[in-house]
Amino acid sequence: MKVSVNWLKRWVDLDLDADALAAELTAAGLEVDTVTPAAGAFTGVVVGEIVACEPHPDADKLQLCRVSDGGGELLQVVCGAPNARAGLKMPFARVGAELDGGEKGPFRIKKAKLRGVESFGMCCSARELGLSEDHGGLMELPADATVGEDLRAFLDLDDHVVDIELTPNRADCLGIKGLSRDVAAITHAQWTPRAIEPVSPALDDRLDITLADSADCPRYVGRILRGIDPSAPSPLWLREALRRSGIRSISAVVDATNYVLMELGQPMHAFDLGALKGGITVRRGRKGEQLTLLDGKVVDLDEHLLAICDDAGPVALAGIMGGLDSGVGNETTDVLLESAWFAPATIMGKARDLGLHTDASHRFERGVDPEGQVAAMERITGLLLKICGGQAGPLLVAEAPEHLPKRAPVNLRLARLNRVLGSDLDAATVETILSGLGMDPVAVEGGWNATAPSARFDIAIEEDLIEEVARIHGYDQLPAALPSGELTLPDLSETRVPGDAVRDALCAADYQEAITYAFVDRALLLKLHLEGGALPLANPISSDMDVMRTALLPGLLKALGRNLRYQAERVRLFETGKVFLQGEGLDEVERVAAVACGPALPEQWGEATRKVDFFDLKGDLERLLSLRGLVGSVRFTPADRPFLHPGQAADVWVDGQLAGWVGALHPACQKALDLKVRVLGFEVDLKVISNREIPSTKQISSFPSVRRDLAFLVPEAVAYSEIDALVRELAGTLLTDLIIFDQFSGQGVEKGYKSLAIGLILQDVSSTLTDEVVESVIDRVVKGLETRLDAQLRGSPCH
Amino acid sequence: MDSVEHILEQARADIGAADDLRALDELRVAYLGKKGAVTALLKSLGGMDPEERKVFGQSVNRAKQDIQQVLEGRKAELEVAALASKLAEERVDVTLPGRGASRGGLHPVTRAMQRITDLFARLGFDVATGPEVEDDHHNFEALNFPAHHPARAMHDTFYFADGRLLRTHTSPVQVRAMLDQGAPIRIIAPGKVYRSDYDQTHSPMFHQVEGLLVGEQVSMADLKGVLQAFVNAFFEKDMGTRFRPSYFPFTEPSAEMDVAWDKGDGSAPGWLEVLGCGMVHPNVLKACGIDAERYVGYAFGMGVERLAMLRYGVTDLRPFFDNDLRFLRQFR
Repeated sequence: MKVSVNWLKRWVDLDLDADALAAELTAAGLEVDTVTPAAGAFTGVVVGEIVACEPHPDADKLQLCRVSDGGGELLQVVCGAPNARAGLKMPFARVGAELDGGEKGPFRIKKAKLRGVESFGMCCSARELGLSEDHGGLMELPADATVGEDLRAFLDLDDHVVDIELTPNRADCLGIKGLSRDVAAITHAQWTPRAIEPVSPALDDRLDITLADSADCPRYVGRILRGIDPSAPSPLWLREALRRSGIRSISAVVDATNYVLMELGQPMHAFDLGALKGGITVRRGRKGEQLTLLDGKVVDLDEHLLAICDDAGPVALAGIMGGLDSGVGNETTDVLLESAWFAPATIMGKARDLGLHTDASHRFERGVDPEGQVAAMERITGLLLKICGGQAGPLLVAEAPEHLPKRAPVNLRLARLNRVLGSDLDAATVETILSGLGMDPVAVEGGWNATAPSARFDIAIEEDLIEEVARIHGYDQLPAALPSGELTLPDLSETRVPGDAVRDALCAADYQEAITYAFVDRALLLKLHLEGGALPLANPISSDMDVMRTALLPGLLKALGRNLRYQAERVRLFETGKVFLQGEGLDEVERVAAVACGPALPEQWGEATRKVDFFDLKGDLERLLSLRGLVGSVRFTPADRPFLHPGQAADVWVDGQLAGWVGALHPACQKALDLKVRVLGFEVDLKVISNREIPSTKQISSFPSVRRDLAFLVPEAVAYSEIDALVRELAGTLLTDLIIFDQFSGQGVEKGYKSLAIGLILQDVSSTLTDEVVESVIDRVVKGLETRLDAQLRGSPCH
Repeated sequence: MDSVEHILEQARADIGAADDLRALDELRVAYLGKKGAVTALLKSLGGMDPEERKVFGQSVNRAKQDIQQVLEGRKAELEVAALASKLAEERVDVTLPGRGASRGGLHPVTRAMQRITDLFARLGFDVATGPEVEDDHHNFEALNFPAHHPARAMHDTFYFADGRLLRTHTSPVQVRAMLDQGAPIRIIAPGKVYRSDYDQTHSPMFHQVEGLLVGEQVSMADLKGVLQAFVNAFFEKDMGTRFRPSYFPFTEPSAEMDVAWDKGDGSAPGWLEVLGCGMVHPNVLKACGIDAERYVGYAFGMGVERLAMLRYGVTDLRPFFDNDLRFLRQFR
């Protein structure tokens, strides 16, 4: 909310400059965003009057004006403004005046020659003075302005505007009145609320006001004004006040309603009385009813929306905006003024649902002072009679007091306050603060019963009062204690691989961590055949973030593609995070995934360049899985997943559970994603791979080990995992390690076969192995390979 | 007698001139071998009278010892030279880069989040987690946000068709943890949160770390103290801090903490908001079945990206989720 400091000063006896005030406000929870001067930094500008005008002899668009600046002699001034005319009062910059030139910096007004005619000063537009963007002509000052008076004094321009970002609980500060009360408490200044004189009615015009849904609108104050002058201009002081509040001037009547809104925080509305049929009824809308609002928007009403209706139907959306047809126009002479109180719960969210946000809805949904309607009506009546003339009818008050908020005392215990704040405040300090806030504290055993002003909707429980005391006392004045507390041992499970360890392992394997959005483009999922179970957002921020991801792969591929476009050749990324799978219920599954493309190693002098392949990724994954330790089982089986290369992809099984996959992206998917290079990756469930057992050591043997190598041919179709399993089975407990150190096919190998070379390391824990024992094991293994896997021994190359 | 001295002199010269081990061995044979010059002299002892034999024998033996010594000395010299030349041949350019893979690195947000979590873990805060797809109850209602309350407007919420939503803050973890564990409780909850907002300073997905401590001896002084200590530890220097009253439906009193930040461009340090905090609202404790008279708690929530930006000098939020390697590789 934008607030003029000078306006505020009329309500509180303030002795602070704008910056100091801003600091105090911020420290008290009314956060000031900006402090700006109310006008440019000019000097030497006075109220001037154009006494006479004649055309410039040598320029069509310029006029020669004779200007009075109060100094006796008339001054000749050349002026190009279209509205320059005899009798006009306007801001006049004398020779020697300094104007704020904005970005160009200040400049001084000098005696000048314009098209051969001397000019002694400058008639100013509002923009030239930093008062508005209006540069359409000279700023017009009222006819009763005193010629020669300094303009800064005349318009009270030595003022600042503070823009306060109010939190939703502080609706009471959405008007000068409420704000000034808080400022008085914060700065320990005297609050000087302005008395509002009631207006004696000159007419007896009434209309019926019915509160059909009185819980939604427990008070509605109306008043008829007749015979106002629709052409009466909005006075300059009023326009200035609104300008500083960031509100555009529209007409005298509308400006007056906005002035009262800003001053008292009470939204007001004015109807064109001639457009109303019969009386006013406040009721919920009905299906089928329509209302065109002042901004032209057509709203379909229903029972969720509260409407102000006349006998013909809705004429305004309660607490949000008036209707177009009953609005005050250029010809309006008779008006019905409205000053109502609507229940916040009734208004909350309604404007937002309609895509609207108005000064009225902003206040009503946060809570307007329920006791301010009559005063606001008297205030606006007084203003309008003064500005537009006319005669006022009596106050028309309809109310249902049982539905108005009750002001209940709230108990505050001094001991509780000090316990919660960790402070040592004494009773006198607390009581002074409460009194300053108008909380009306009454001392009771151990504390007070305090009753908040009617505008303070946010005070309901003891903690609210504790916050008030802390806020006014100053959070920075409260003590701070060094961290303390009971020492506790954390729950540090050794049977879980910490997430940090997983990430560190992947960093060590040369993957850079990425964080991609958890919502992705459904079209991207479709390209990867990963759309199954994708949960769509009802209100996505954009169409390429419209469903929750079902896998980490799509986001990583997108990031990889982006890097390729930026000329990266070797991209290795990983991510940990949740995927969202909608089935019977929603599963949020924590995963880890990696993608890689380009050379296996960074290009270097000592290693031949080689593209990353399946076994690089599998190796990286195996090292990741080795965080689990030696126990448990890990298996890889050929995978059949539509987004993966059918011949270069494996499902990963950990302890019998399917943990995920590793492999090359299917060339068709690669093409669909416009990726020009082969991409490999893996994605596994973090939980499944994070189970580990606590190591239980076995005795190590003190006898020598023996290695025997075997080379043989097996049919291509035999998987290494079969050979590995068979050798382990046949070799028994003496086998301490089994390695495959060669595998090839093609030249020199019978078609349909592949050549393998494996090494068996045998060792006994209780004795040195004899040749007979070793040979019998090897014999058993060889026979088994030959008979069960159709292997042909090629010899035992070395011992 | 001349011949002994002559042989010795000759041997010294020959051995000194030998420039490899084989030549040296040949000289050993030539002088000291069975048919060597010194051996020949010893053989001539037989024809001498006892007195002469004694004197001559001694001189030959001395010469033999001398030759052996010279041989060994020369051998050692040659071995040192041979090693030196072998080593010279094996010399590599040690300034060439090492072989193998490089190293990746953590995302700056993860890095900052780990740092925050580690610091609080040392104060005994246990890590708690919760779902990212939440319901209205845990994200709003139980945190004292009434339906349609304007405070909800500060959270631009992503919804699903059935009314579920993406959590807008990590605070629902507070609710879940309190329902689960009761009081006393001391947790830290790092994680992703979502709001429908996208510009230079807003991302539709970002990260928060939530903290919650509820106990019988807890006050706002503890909250101020722990957060001040935290920022000092996080930035590894004494940071000026400022607590301002603010408003969150689930805390009362509520505060925001600013740190004094020197932009390093010569301008005066300004206050930068880094986190929101407050004393847990009694309605929240009650909603979680905790006796709000007996227990008092504090809670805080901080934006990880904001802290990472300050710590690592990142000026725009968007690069965090562009995943451009040129940006990420700066974090190893």
